[in-house]
Amino acid sequence: MAILLTKDTTVLVQGITGREGSARAAFMKGYGTKVVAGVTPGRGGEEVSGIPVFNTVAEAVKVKGPIDASVTFVPGPGLKDAVFEAVDSGIKFIVSPVERVPLYDILEMVAYTKQKGVQLLGPGSIGIISPGIAAAGWLGGTPEFARRVFVPGSVGVISRSGGQSATVPWALKLAGLGMTTVIPVGTEPVTGTSMAEILPLFEKDPDTKGVAVFGEIGGPHEEEAADCVRRKEFTKPLVIFVAGAWAPEGMRFSHASSIIERGHGSAKSKIESLKEAGVHVVDRPDQIAPTIKRLIESHG
Amino acid sequence: MARLYEYQGKQILKEAKVAIPRGEVAATPQEAAKIAEKIGKPVAVKVQIWAGGRGKAGGIKFAEHPLDAQSVAESLLGSEIKALKVEKVLVEEKLDIEKEYYVGVIIDPSMKARCPVIMFSTEGGMDIEAVPQDKIAQMNVDVLRGFRLYDALNLAVQLKVPTKVLPAIGQAIMGLYQTFKNYHCRIAEINPLVLTKDGKIIAGDCRIAIDDSSVFRHPEFGIEVAREAPTPPTELDKIAWWIEEGDLRGTCYIAQMTQEIKGLNYVGYHGLGGGGAILGVDALNREGLKIANYADTSGNPTAAKVYRAAKVIFSQPGIEAYFLGGFMYANQEQWHHAHGIVKALREEMPKRPGFPCVLLLCGNTEEESLKILHEGTKGLPGRIEIYGGDKVYETEFLAKRVRALIMEYRKERGIKEA
Repeated sequence: MAILLTKDTTVLVQGITGREGSARAAFMKGYGTKVVAGVTPGRGGEEVSGIPVFNTVAEAVKVKGPIDASVTFVPGPGLKDAVFEAVDSGIKFIVSPVERVPLYDILEMVAYTKQKGVQLLGPGSIGIISPGIAAAGWLGGTPEFARRVFVPGSVGVISRSGGQSATVPWALKLAGLGMTTVIPVGTEPVTGTSMAEILPLFEKDPDTKGVAVFGEIGGPHEEEAADCVRRKEFTKPLVIFVAGAWAPEGMRFSHASSIIERGHGSAKSKIESLKEAGVHVVDRPDQIAPTIKRLIESHG
Repeated sequence: MARLYEYQGKQILKEAKVAIPRGEVAATPQEAAKIAEKIGKPVAVKVQIWAGGRGKAGGIKFAEHPLDAQSVAESLLGSEIKALKVEKVLVEEKLDIEKEYYVGVIIDPSMKARCPVIMFSTEGGMDIEAVPQDKIAQMNVDVLRGFRLYDALNLAVQLKVPTKVLPAIGQAIMGLYQTFKNYHCRIAEINPLVLTKDGKIIAGDCRIAIDDSSVFRHPEFGIEVAREAPTPPTELDKIAWWIEEGDLRGTCYIAQMTQEIKGLNYVGYHGLGGGGAILGVDALNREGLKIANYADTSGNPTAAKVYRAAKVIFSQPGIEAYFLGGFMYANQEQWHHAHGIVKALREEMPKRPGFPCVLLLCGNTEEESLKILHEGTKGLPGRIEIYGGDKVYETEFLAKRVRALIMEYRKERGIKEA
């Protein structure tokens, strides 16, 4: 089992003829994902890695029937239109592996997807992978690399960062563990899906025995995850590492979401909130894998 | 966020029909005197820097007479306030203050909101963080619905603002929101929003920052480096931004931590991927080392981009080591990094024999990439150590290696530990 992205999920790639779009469409298909169509305006009728290209999402849906998910390989300034187009064509899950998206555009797409009951992952989420089943986005990179790093198993993984959403699984693999689904939530200052919305999905998934999280300073994700645990919406073993605890005060990082604003989102406040909720907070990233392993084993 | 100076912020507020004090910006004492003369009444001379608390730091002075404005401006221009050099002052009419209000728009990223939040308070002139909650009226804005004038009025009514000034305050709140929206702001505040003794509502000071990712929509501000920073960009920051600008093939982010390195323990830091890059910062700090700069090259950049980033990092005088903190099992093909780093090291090492370099590179195409690093740096006169995937989370070990090599390097050059 997996969450959000399963073996039956049909996927559309918006921007399929671009540099990343074409490379990662081939990756997704090669990994076993049901990639049914791609969209690039003005390129309808072509094919990319055997995937038919349409001019618009509506056209793709008309020909292919309803499509479950879309991955938007569309540059930041054009992302809002791409997301609205996907929503208006009935797509219910949108993955946006795009950074440097105008913030007001993000607010509008988040509001619109929410109003229409659509799950938006990102922006700034490099993808989602359910090991051995399917991948949407560029998390995993190539089928070979994805198979080497992501192995099926019992740990759900959530990460703020794209790179860490492959690194935590690698560390888990070295510790003899596999994953159900791996989800980077995105690096933009506002994102459509929060850790606290993913944790309840892992709670319901019988195959997920515990969750490992790579957190960072800045933003509300980790505190919301702590609240989620307090509300008992997540009761399985949970291990979190929060990066940035030793950074000089006021330091800015490359993730737009890692900005401490108005005193909120410091590593200290996150760690205190998580510990208070009973979450296992580890000091160093190399402790993530052994700790979740121990907790899952003792949890039974 | 790309912060605007007060005088720039006030100009765009004026467009949105928010009243601002009469005044202009000056770069010389003579200009300041002329502006004061034109105003023809007592003026405030305010340094234009990116920092709050300017008043307390001596950055706001008053002049009763135009000639005084010249000497006041002279004392401020060229001085350093809050470690920032003063290049411009805003000369504007001194307001006779009856009462100070606050109005601000921020973005709340929490899952319950994910929207702009408008805050209004009857306690202006101080940090809004210090104001008790019952003195703040706030509203989450549904961006699909928008914000209306009656919303603004209702915020003021909630805090029992006198009817006489209500329309003007409502207009100021509305104007601030329109500015926030039209200029794609990350934050917009008027603090204080002044009620003058003659009953006018005027923006006394403002803090406005444009969202980094929206700067391209506003070329009118001439923002050189569209990046979050507490201080204006250094020369090196600008060079780093030119590497990035217009090249969307992966990301190159570099920010200098200090204008000038004084003392020991500074490392030229080259991180990979936001999360992984932070790991290296933590690890070095734990070992008592400091980063001269923060950097992140990720998202599958070209070798040329990585090379330029490394060269910028090496160009900082006073660094004692170069650390490639590849604390991520990367999805990107790492040979681009390997090639870029080798080229930079081949140029830099002969200039600095014995210089410590710790290189960690893991993930996609790791085997080939490590081979490129090993072969490409063979015989170079540096202290170069290369690590791969088995060390991806060995943050402490690698920071200790950096420290150990620095100690050797110091000993070799007869530099005593501080």
